[in-house]
Amino acid sequence: MSPKTIFVDSDILIVGGGMGGCGAAYESRYWGRDLKIVCVEKANIERSGAVAQGLYAINCYMGMHWNENQPEDHVRYARNDLMGLVREDLGYDIARHVDATVHKFEEWGLPIMKDPKTGRYQREGKWQIMIHGESYKPIVAEAARKAASAVYNRIMVTHLLMDSKHPNRVAGAVGFNVRNGDFYVFRAKAVIVAAGGASHIFKPRAVGEGMGRTWYAPWSSASAYALPILAGAKMTQMENRIVLTRFKDGYGPVGAYFLHLKTYTQNAYGQDYEAFWRDSIEKMVGDYVNHHPVPTCLRNHALLEELKAGRGPIRMVTKEAFKDPHKETVGWENFLGMTVGQAVVWASQNIDPKEINPELTTSEPYVMGSHATCSGAWASGPEDYAPADYQWGYNRMMTVEGLFGAGDTIGGTAHKFSSGSFTEGRIAAKAAVKYVMDHGTDSPQVSEAEYTELKKTIYQPLENYRIGRNEIVGGTVSPSYILPLHGLQRLEKIMDEYVGGISSHYTTNEPLLTRGLELLGMLKEDLAHIGAPDLHQLQRAWELQHRVLASECVTQHTLFRQETRWPGYYYRADHPKLDDKDWHCFTLSRYDKSTGHWEMEKAPVYHIID
Amino acid sequence: MPTFVYMTNCDGCGYCVDICPSDIMHIDPTYRRALNVEPNMCWECFSCVKACPQHAIDVRGYADFAPLGHSVRVLREDEKGTISWRIKFRDGREKNFVSPIRTTPWGSIKGPSEYSAPTASAMHSQALAHEPEALKVEALPTLARTRFKKGVV
Repeated sequence: MSPKTIFVDSDILIVGGGMGGCGAAYESRYWGRDLKIVCVEKANIERSGAVAQGLYAINCYMGMHWNENQPEDHVRYARNDLMGLVREDLGYDIARHVDATVHKFEEWGLPIMKDPKTGRYQREGKWQIMIHGESYKPIVAEAARKAASAVYNRIMVTHLLMDSKHPNRVAGAVGFNVRNGDFYVFRAKAVIVAAGGASHIFKPRAVGEGMGRTWYAPWSSASAYALPILAGAKMTQMENRIVLTRFKDGYGPVGAYFLHLKTYTQNAYGQDYEAFWRDSIEKMVGDYVNHHPVPTCLRNHALLEELKAGRGPIRMVTKEAFKDPHKETVGWENFLGMTVGQAVVWASQNIDPKEINPELTTSEPYVMGSHATCSGAWASGPEDYAPADYQWGYNRMMTVEGLFGAGDTIGGTAHKFSSGSFTEGRIAAKAAVKYVMDHGTDSPQVSEAEYTELKKTIYQPLENYRIGRNEIVGGTVSPSYILPLHGLQRLEKIMDEYVGGISSHYTTNEPLLTRGLELLGMLKEDLAHIGAPDLHQLQRAWELQHRVLASECVTQHTLFRQETRWPGYYYRADHPKLDDKDWHCFTLSRYDKSTGHWEMEKAPVYHIID
Repeated sequence: MPTFVYMTNCDGCGYCVDICPSDIMHIDPTYRRALNVEPNMCWECFSCVKACPQHAIDVRGYADFAPLGHSVRVLREDEKGTISWRIKFRDGREKNFVSPIRTTPWGSIKGPSEYSAPTASAMHSQALAHEPEALKVEALPTLARTRFKKGVV
């Protein structure tokens, strides 16, 4: 095929129209009234990103005006949950702005539940407020559409473009329309990557029809990481993958159950197991286990140890709470608002939590930057207070000039969730507007040779299939190409077996990681031989490319950090303890796409005193 | 629970194709009706089910772990601002729930350029749009650089 090439020029290009991207669109218009602001999204921003299905809670809200929490409190909470390592400057920045975001959401029409006694937002927990959020994403998308000059839906961005005069400055992005195959060259003065984190890099527990029922959305295909990595941006904490304890098979959320419904867990014999494992955890990680709340990874660890001891299944004790009809309604609506699949699992297996305490399980690992984990790009901090080591330019600018990020893309800022991701999009956008204004007529140049070469690369999987398909009678087995699903399943198997997935109880070591890297290297070579029968599969092919590159980065980081910092997320069996003497630091990587080499380094951690 | 489409209800309008975040609802070239082309990449997010004007799309729990005989039906009413759910268990028990989805009319959000333009000094401050008013506190909190300390707490 010879696709049409379409050029789109803008001042600010936003890649990804989820929560972060919508926040970026809104804020860049507020500050940049005359700028051309373009948002590009591989699906449809009305229902795209991790919030496509809706949410039943906003997990990051301070309530400063009711004196409920201050930004420092949130920093301390996120810091202990991540075992001491978060970018406190960035986390504080989100926390100080997030209330304004949530107040806007309410003004726009998001139904936020109220406490009937106080009239304040209904708290689910210290940081969480409860919402009727089925239309959370359509509401936020409406605001973004009113702000952007144009929204391009159904365009998969594959690569960023660099300035031909200045190799470390971004100049735009390329991608293709998944409906008609048109090739897009977006030329921009600044780019904000607000793409999705990574599901489906580790083998999920269901591998048949149910493989799509992962905890994080299957369309979160690691573009948040692959795009900056390929542009030479430094990445941080990519080893800090997250494992979720959730209701079995549907991965229905447990937050409201623990915090609001006051349900609790027990082993198969009705015993509380978390207290049982506390002393052994303290021997591994020290004092972090003694803070309240106990870090997410350590609670996972206790559950995993209990299962290994043969006292599973672990159950959530719901029978008492569900006698209260209000709590029963909250319990079900919680799923219907954000994980309908869990309601289906329970309906299909006749599980009524009034009568049966449902089972819990742990998910496969995910890599993302907005939940109880903080993988992502290394970004400059806020101008007014960030330590010098964390500041080299504009807020949320990566180590590539003109390249900004938000949401899953930015590392070090755990617990931002939906409201924090939107807020981070706003922070990045204001900085990007400033960057564009400061640079005036000094615009980056896109090289024709660069995008022409990329165009050939992008459509190659269609060509591989067209030619290879004639070699065989039919079916899926070819000696010349593999299909995107084949590549995905190989990736998931490598990551599962060598990098600490479910089949090894999240355990790995240096020899396993080294072997994993060899196999990932061969998979990377095979990606030149992906065959795509149609444009939909071409999208899958490029999602796979992004996932593989992000996985290699995760593996390199896991190899570099010689300790077990987050038991319950993963274990380095050759370094089984937390080591604050040598590893109380961030891990940073930089990929050289011409040599395929990863350069690793440590960066200091700064704490707000106390 | 992957989605599927009832042959007699679907009129091929393509709303589901337009909305699906996973790009798996396609129009079958022979029948000119929608189908799920990749059930193992379905997140069961119900975006297509809610968008279908003919109520032609339903779900059947993933064969890996969901026994047959259940159903979860939904009716999303934009204008009324509600969403209604009916859950039917394998053994026939039913549960019904209704929730609000929006408190303001669709399309009523005030875009950022409808507010008066920010001043140059605001541009160089740390304030974001509508701050500090939207924070509902007097001033945006800040920190002193000296409060940051390197090393273990």
